[in-house]
Amino acid sequence: MNQSFREAWMLLPDYLGQHVILSVSALILGVAISVPLGIIAARNKTIGAPVLGLVSVIQTIPGLALLALFYPLLLALSSVTRDLFGVSFRALGFLPALLALTLYAMLPILRNLVTALNGLDPAILMAAKGVGMTPRQSLYKVELPLAAPQLLAGIRTATVWVVGITTLSTPIGQTSLGNYIFTGLQTENWIFVLFGCVAAAALALVLDSLLAMAGAAFSAGSRPRLLLAGAGLIVLIVAALAPGLIHAPGRGVVIGAKNFDEQYILADVMSDRLRQAGFAVSQKIDLGSTVALKALAASDIDAYVDYSGTLWGDAMHRADMPGREAMLGQLKTWLAQTYGVVQVGPLGFENAYVFAMRTDRAKALHIRSLADVALHPELTIGGDFEIFSRPEWRRVASAYGLSTMRRRQYQPDFLYRAVMSGDADLVSAFSSDGRIARYGLTILDDPRSALPPYDAVLLVGPAHAHDPRFLESLSPLIGAIPLSLMQQGNLMVDRDQDKRTPAETAQWLEARIAH
Amino acid sequence: MIEICDVSKAYAGSGNEGVSRLSLTIGQGEFMALIGPSGSGKTTTLNMVNRLVEPDSGIIRVEGRDVAETDPVQLRRGIGYVFQEAGLFPHMTVAENIAVTPRLMGWEDAKIQARIEELLVLVRLDPGVFRERRPQGLSGGQRQRVALARALAAKPHILLLDEPFGALDPVTREAVAADVRDIHKSLGLTTLMVTHDMTEALLLADRIAVMRKGTLVQTGTPQDLARHPADAFVAQLMETPRRRAQALARTLSL
Repeated sequence: MNQSFREAWMLLPDYLGQHVILSVSALILGVAISVPLGIIAARNKTIGAPVLGLVSVIQTIPGLALLALFYPLLLALSSVTRDLFGVSFRALGFLPALLALTLYAMLPILRNLVTALNGLDPAILMAAKGVGMTPRQSLYKVELPLAAPQLLAGIRTATVWVVGITTLSTPIGQTSLGNYIFTGLQTENWIFVLFGCVAAAALALVLDSLLAMAGAAFSAGSRPRLLLAGAGLIVLIVAALAPGLIHAPGRGVVIGAKNFDEQYILADVMSDRLRQAGFAVSQKIDLGSTVALKALAASDIDAYVDYSGTLWGDAMHRADMPGREAMLGQLKTWLAQTYGVVQVGPLGFENAYVFAMRTDRAKALHIRSLADVALHPELTIGGDFEIFSRPEWRRVASAYGLSTMRRRQYQPDFLYRAVMSGDADLVSAFSSDGRIARYGLTILDDPRSALPPYDAVLLVGPAHAHDPRFLESLSPLIGAIPLSLMQQGNLMVDRDQDKRTPAETAQWLEARIAH
Repeated sequence: MIEICDVSKAYAGSGNEGVSRLSLTIGQGEFMALIGPSGSGKTTTLNMVNRLVEPDSGIIRVEGRDVAETDPVQLRRGIGYVFQEAGLFPHMTVAENIAVTPRLMGWEDAKIQARIEELLVLVRLDPGVFRERRPQGLSGGQRQRVALARALAAKPHILLLDEPFGALDPVTREAVAADVRDIHKSLGLTTLMVTHDMTEALLLADRIAVMRKGTLVQTGTPQDLARHPADAFVAQLMETPRRRAQALARTLSL
């Protein structure tokens, strides 16, 4: 059996379990809110129209954005409740995902219920009144049972949507079947991507069929079949909960990772070392770039690797360039004072923003540095999703006069394809990426030092900031990973032939780290 | 007994179906037909008796009690009502439809089951065949019979019928109508039936009240109406059944 497939299979109980729990909770919550709301909306048009409008608008917000929006919202709320009541809650992972997915579940349920209730035969409603039913009895004995088939259809639609969108909760730190997809996209592991998609689709189909079965049993008045469908749902939920119940004695320590290969490898290296030191370790991977530090500060994760330039610009909002050492020193003080986070030290390599061109093209146009690019206004620059909104790009653009340059954005992995195929003339890249060497790309000089240093630094959260066993097991990594080693490691995961998983690469790297 | 005293009801806009200053008494055990063209206010009048419609002014008494001072839900449970086109609940079986009002009134299950049986026999439907059927699986006549059983389930003394035979074919119509008349008699009900068919009214009712544009034109026995029509409108209403009867008599006597 294929190595990737085996690895995917091993991860399935955890990913599927968490996916089911999240999807089903969101659906239950969605039904619990939408049904009463739908009844009110159907009876009272002045409430009904705005409610349906609002829910429809929510539906138009892209799934990833809605999920991401709940994180800062809850973070702010959590700090308010901490100040007021001394109680804070986890703003990352399950809760924001649950709230966003619940909102998504509401539209089809609400709309179908309101349509069904408004479409009931007035003669039947008159009859319900005429035989002596109170409005409440009419609702429960006549209106809701008659609206039930359409309500169920709405719930089934919501189920399929929610199971699909749950895959997008991975970047806000909630494990789901989306982990396969996000990790697979990053590492170009298409087996993972496919595995995630198929698993999510299969889950959606199973839940949908169980609901269809329950609906058919309900309208046929068949109690055994209704019980069977209910039992199916319960079995699914128990099976989903089982892995968590079997081995979840406390959460142990959590290692975080952003959403790219190098981060996966480093997270695995850290996890291995902590396990050897006797810690129970789990991981939260595919965190959004700025989500990671907040998660560390909130102790949602306990350690991860970030980059000095990123922290300097995004977290400290500094635009000045005091030089590498001064930057690391100020960063350390600031992190400790602001978040109680320990910057243990730099790992020894830099993963800097650089700009790269195909060597033949650079030669033909006589471009060696970013300053030369300004002479060619016809060029197109390709970037990842964040580069053009980052301070680094603003500095580069103003230092070299590139602000009016034509831009295109790509999923990070496709950047290299874009520059190789000529879709983009130059692209943003990361200096530790092994593919720069493999594709023979030329890195453009930065003679005006517009780009800051990006030393990889190991960060430890407040919970283990003074835990000697924890710190000692990770401190051998400080200064131990030179750029060439990290580039090789990254290439092992990225390349198409003889591809390695991040876990395998972590072991390979571990063996080469000077102790 | 139903007493309708000086009752008015106006609808905003068209003025159709409204009622103005209507007074009418349906005596104990009487079968009264309320007849008139569509929009004459006859269904509005019927619906005011069990407060499905609230009058603007006037007083309605059912068995001596002012309905305005009676809880509308309790009032309706005590009055049988057969709706136009039956109005059966499509998600319930025949037995469940019949049991609705007794259940609402908290009858014991054994008593309800016995009542269902009894009523199905009364409306001439075989309980073994029809109990568990759903309304979709019934013919129009069967539906009206179930609707009648449902209306009678909680043993009301008053029965309201809103064009109960309108959607039935002539043969079924006659059979169901005859049974309604028998049941009215055997149970000693006070019955108010809305119809637009004078022949039906003449055949079933003890007395007939003719309505037009929201007012009462004439009240009387079929014989009164035939002999002394109050105006040309009533005379014209009587003309159709009379012509039919004469034509039939001629045809059949040949």
